[in-house]
Amino acid sequence: MNDVNEEQVYEWLADVKDPEVPALSILDLGIVRNVAVTDNSVNVTITPTYSGCPAMDVISIGIRMALAGHGIKQITIDQQLSPAWTTDWMTEDGKRKLKEYGIAPPNRKAFSSLGLFEEEEIQCPRCDSTHTEMVSRYGPTSCKALYKCLDCKEPFEHFKCH
Amino acid sequence: MKLPYILRLADDALIIGQRLGEWTGHGPILEQDIALTNAALDHVGRARSLYQYAAEVFNQLPKEQQLTYFTSMAIQEKIKAGESIDEDTLAYLRDGWDFRNVLLVERPNIDWAYTVARGFFFDAFNFFYFTALSKSTDATIAAVAEKSLKEVTYHLRWSSEWVIRLGDGTDESHEKMQQAINETWSFTGELFVATDYEAAMTAECVSPNLQQIQTLWTARINEVLDEATLTLPAAGAWMQQGGKAGTHTEELGYILTELQFMQRTYPNMQW
Repeated sequence: MNDVNEEQVYEWLADVKDPEVPALSILDLGIVRNVAVTDNSVNVTITPTYSGCPAMDVISIGIRMALAGHGIKQITIDQQLSPAWTTDWMTEDGKRKLKEYGIAPPNRKAFSSLGLFEEEEIQCPRCDSTHTEMVSRYGPTSCKALYKCLDCKEPFEHFKCH
Repeated sequence: MKLPYILRLADDALIIGQRLGEWTGHGPILEQDIALTNAALDHVGRARSLYQYAAEVFNQLPKEQQLTYFTSMAIQEKIKAGESIDEDTLAYLRDGWDFRNVLLVERPNIDWAYTVARGFFFDAFNFFYFTALSKSTDATIAAVAEKSLKEVTYHLRWSSEWVIRLGDGTDESHEKMQQAINETWSFTGELFVATDYEAAMTAECVSPNLQQIQTLWTARINEVLDEATLTLPAAGAWMQQGGKAGTHTEELGYILTELQFMQRTYPNMQW
């Protein structure tokens, strides 16, 4: 354990993927809040994206497996709710990877608004047209909404601002 | 007084989550089926965080108090065996009268309009309540509220849009939405009547002042109903209450029968 430091652990965590959006690592997502290395153990603090996100349990297992694979025996994982996760914490690299994967990334600062029937301008990840239309505010996972492109006709998912 | 208050928040979340989950595979179209189950997941996630906290508080009580706190024999047996309880104990092994949720969340789904009406009243309440609760003097409760606020904002936008879409839609959708609003209305009063444990928590600035929430809530409800060309039942209408004190409608029994079946029949089973 002597040669393990926080920086090293962060490098290992870059290999842990979001099981629901495997293009992104948990660092790209911005859910790792802290890493602490003490003599015998590593503690990782993560924050859930959504309260009921079923990926969180899988991500915890993924962290344990990644660290155990590098010989870490004592691993603790804490969940921290506050400050609440926001898509503003997603890295620029993460947004680029999302787009390549075919998911329109969150493209501006997250906000909370009660504006009804409002639609943001979302760019089609395939042809870059902004001539797109929301199909549903909710998608196959909590973090996504469904859109379609009116130019290239491709349906696509949008990682919601949160 | 804090334990019943945490349970009250958690039970609202679990029961509405269970109700919305009943729509799984039955939504009118796939996208809306997914919308309701996504919302259900948010609620159940909040319930988990709060039950974990409630279990922590419960496990610190003196053993004699733990033994008589809940009527459930399954829980009492655990305590006698020297075990501590966890989130699952609270969700799956408590009896109906130990639940503290409002009657509104146990209202059956009935049809799309009723589901939307229940959601609209509850989501609007959650929005203003969690806004205030995120400033709670209890750090754990404040953190859960802060996290949930983002999600309930989304829920409220969704349910408000449906109230408007149906109310200001066809003659038939207008009539059905109005009927659902009328019949759900009497279950909203309880949201704003403080129980003794809520009053105690408000005094400690753990929970918000319900009168202030009611003012904000009423303004929002009226604004959306106006746009939906719908009307509220006359002021002073009879209001149901009891859920927060453990006196429920028979609906809760059916919900728990389904929700708790596995753990009651095959204790400690996992899958």
